[in-house]
Amino acid sequence: MSQPKLMQGNEACALGALAAGVRFFGGYPITPSTEIAEQLAEQLPKVGGTFIQMEDEIASMAVILGASLAGKKVLTATSGPGFSLKQELIGYAAIAEIPCVIANVQRVGPSTGQPTSPAQGDVMQARWGTHGDHPMIALSPWTVRESFDVAVKAVNYAERFRTPVIILLDEVVGHMREKVVLPADNEIEIYSRRQPTKSREEGYQPFTPEADLVPNPADFGTGYRIHVTGLVHDDTGFPSGSPKITEQCIKRLHEKIDCVKDEITHYDEFFMEDAEIAVVTYGGTARTAYAAVEEARAQGKKVGMIRLMTIWPFADKVIKQAAAKCKALLVPEMNYGQLVMEIERAAAGQTKVVSMPKYNTEIFTPNEISGAIDQLLSEVAK
Amino acid sequence: MSKLIIRTNRCKGCNVCVTFCPKKVLALDTLGKIYAVDEASCIQCGQCELRCPDFAIRVAPKEAK
Amino acid sequence: MKDYEEYFRTNRLPHIWCPGCGNGIVMKSIAKAIAKLDLDQDKTVIVSGIGCSSRASGYMDFDTLHTAHGRAIPFATGVKLANPELNVIVITGDGDCTAIGGNHFIHGARRNIDLTVVLFNNNIYGMTGGQASPLTPTSKKATTAPYGVVDRPFDPCQLAQAAGATYIARGTAFHAAQLPDLIAKGIQNKGFSLIEAITPCPISYGRRNKLGDSPAMLKLMSESAVPLTAYGKLAPEQQEGKFPIGVLHESHFGEYSKEYSHVIERAEGGQK
Repeated sequence: MSQPKLMQGNEACALGALAAGVRFFGGYPITPSTEIAEQLAEQLPKVGGTFIQMEDEIASMAVILGASLAGKKVLTATSGPGFSLKQELIGYAAIAEIPCVIANVQRVGPSTGQPTSPAQGDVMQARWGTHGDHPMIALSPWTVRESFDVAVKAVNYAERFRTPVIILLDEVVGHMREKVVLPADNEIEIYSRRQPTKSREEGYQPFTPEADLVPNPADFGTGYRIHVTGLVHDDTGFPSGSPKITEQCIKRLHEKIDCVKDEITHYDEFFMEDAEIAVVTYGGTARTAYAAVEEARAQGKKVGMIRLMTIWPFADKVIKQAAAKCKALLVPEMNYGQLVMEIERAAAGQTKVVSMPKYNTEIFTPNEISGAIDQLLSEVAK
Repeated sequence: MSKLIIRTNRCKGCNVCVTFCPKKVLALDTLGKIYAVDEASCIQCGQCELRCPDFAIRVAPKEAK
Repeated sequence: MKDYEEYFRTNRLPHIWCPGCGNGIVMKSIAKAIAKLDLDQDKTVIVSGIGCSSRASGYMDFDTLHTAHGRAIPFATGVKLANPELNVIVITGDGDCTAIGGNHFIHGARRNIDLTVVLFNNNIYGMTGGQASPLTPTSKKATTAPYGVVDRPFDPCQLAQAAGATYIARGTAFHAAQLPDLIAKGIQNKGFSLIEAITPCPISYGRRNKLGDSPAMLKLMSESAVPLTAYGKLAPEQQEGKFPIGVLHESHFGEYSKEYSHVIERAEGGQK
């Protein structure tokens, strides 16, 4: 895989998942994510894997959860409305601790919205889309190559933490073609799902957490005869109505991600050493923002940029540090203003946070962001 | 040897076994649990066990004669 | 042959079902079918949805999966396709299977994937307290149909047949001696099998419709269920209020996971 290739973000995402060991994909056609399904329909059987087109979005989510429990690394892909339909079972995967990856190539919503123009309107849905309390991991790539890398990370995290992981693509990155050089197989770090270390006779319980707070429920068909349910359960896997068990169950789900938050918070900083203001951005928008920031620097303006790959859990520390040293943070995003709310929360009044929403189907131009940078620079100079 | 094994902790007193017993061997006690009123009449036909929804009654297999 | 209780998680009994609920009879029939076929307990997976019947998975000593409402069949599809050597049995109810899961039901049948679906039909949503399901007969009462159900029920067996299921049978909790055989044949069929098991819900359905207690409801089943051949000989007016039981349909079509293994062979060999 070391030859340069011209490919789409969606294709790179599919290939990354494949490289990470995904051997099962269930999906339903929806633009702008369909290329991921098409790519895997072609590639998976070549490596003994399984592709299945399901009857709807919900079934696509269900089928991958079943396959995951039977031992496969799994992926599904969708967009806007389909992502909403999958939410119930994303919650199921969270509480039943079933490793799975959901690629959501965002488009303009709500509902059928403005298909299939780009948007970043599912940032909050990715975090809070299902009912109840659970943590979430969501990663958003900004290049085609990174779509590959993010897919690998997403699969690894899903398997390691036994949790749903969302690849939050947007139509810009998903459909954009770039020349990429993919890593060689031996350069790709792959996490293999942990197996039980004890037998039933030795007192194995499928949902007893290890030191990392992640349990080792056995794959189906391996002789452990485990029970998996979407009900709140104790270490045995069977439902419990106890307030104490309920609290422990929900708390552990959160803590297993909280305790690795720093490790899984990925981001880039550009020109931040002496930045007076910083653009905080992610996904396709980060590409435009980078052009504007680079241009500003060329003109001697003290502008930096933070590009978040990890959207959830939110990079509080990174933003807090930036807020402590910058006079303002500018947050362009292709929605009415979503991640800016988290940035405001993390900044906690230490600095001015300026939302720059855009939700008219068009992507940002460098000029728009340059204009906003200039205006903000003049405001903070006063 | 007892012809019937009754697990009263599983019995919910639905009366299904009592109704379908052809020899009127079973009845519900005052707590609503089954017991054998006339085990001697039991022909070990298995009708009670067959439809017991609660797995509360087992019929011993007939001894070979 | 193993005793059926060996397939239960007896430490979890007594079960949660109401007095007289027939779900235990159907669950026992599944265990007996498994015993009859001597299926490997470690290679058999029970997948259920949500509702009274779907609680059965928790009482059965296999790898068991209690999924979300209506979604047992697509979860089971994933289990089967990921590891085709597993025997996969789906436990579902009338609301779970034919309302919220209706689309999955017909598509499972269409694919002819090797699942054995045991549909516990008690004509009502029991767990939520007696609301009408797509299998509640017209004019019968439910909490959401206090004046009687207006619409027609599905015949799930005909539905499955039209959708492509390759084995379809119907039994009742009264005919508890026959039910394990009907289920066992379904497990043996390499393809999508449906066994509709009619079972009494005396608390949330029978009581409201003055059908009497569980024994009375079981007796009613014994009167209205007619073996298929005998049913076929009845005049249309004699069929009124009766329904056929037994093996209703058998056909042949390629089983999905087997057919997909051929796709893998072709793809691995570089063919299309």
